[in-house]
Amino acid sequence: MRKASSIALLFATLFIFWLLLNNSLAGDVLLIGIVATLLIALLFRGGRSPVSGFRPTPRAVAATFGYLIFFLAELVRSNLHIARVVLSPSLPISPAIVKVRTRLKSPMGRLLLANSITLTPGTLTVEIDGEWLYIHWVNAEATDIDAATAQIVAGFERYLEVMYG
Amino acid sequence: MTVSGIIGGLLLVLGAAFLLLAGLGLVRMPDLFNRIQAGTKATTLGTLLTLAGAACLHPEWTLKLLLIGLFILLTNPISSQVLARAAHRIGAAKSAKTTLDRLADDTEERP
Repeated sequence: MRKASSIALLFATLFIFWLLLNNSLAGDVLLIGIVATLLIALLFRGGRSPVSGFRPTPRAVAATFGYLIFFLAELVRSNLHIARVVLSPSLPISPAIVKVRTRLKSPMGRLLLANSITLTPGTLTVEIDGEWLYIHWVNAEATDIDAATAQIVAGFERYLEVMYG
Repeated sequence: MTVSGIIGGLLLVLGAAFLLLAGLGLVRMPDLFNRIQAGTKATTLGTLLTLAGAACLHPEWTLKLLLIGLFILLTNPISSQVLARAAHRIGAAKSAKTTLDRLADDTEERP
């Protein structure tokens, strides 16, 4: 039963993508879309998508909007940071690979956390090992695990914890 | 020239400016990890701004451009992470400025 609903969800998502891309409701377009998306949904039924593991509660939906706003602000801040570093003649960097820990349990939550970290100022996820993440930091401000976790992970974890747990 | 045309043009120029910064970062940064950092962030925002500009100029493309933006947001960081991980595993050279590498420390400890 769970498998059937996950296939249906994947099928629906892919079919909506297909409709958006084609921008047409002609019979042949619909037929090809149904066949192709059904095939993909069956082949990848064990796979993960951003909706798998998402908690369907109002709090989680609110957290998603909070997360998106926080993320976009961080993305802009991140680019201004890179611009400042790249444009200054002295190239002010002091890189380090630090270790941080996440409280998130679900694989999708961890993936989104790693992605978010990569797009925030000066940090890049290099490796994930269970609850440990190894982060390359252009301007390492803290090298011990707790301080680095508070600075890099805590901001996103607050939202992702509510969304995925 | 309509208002949306002007906004779209400005967004395109801003996006191109960030893409230029990404290119400059690739040239100026000292090692592979720092280059990936500059490349990932600036190309993500640069491309998103370019897409937003295109959406202002051609409103009928908005849905498709939104979809492209979503895919870029999800896939751009993943590809960078995989590149960085592969580079670290084969022992890519790190800049002399690097102060600490906990990943190398931890992998050495394991047999």
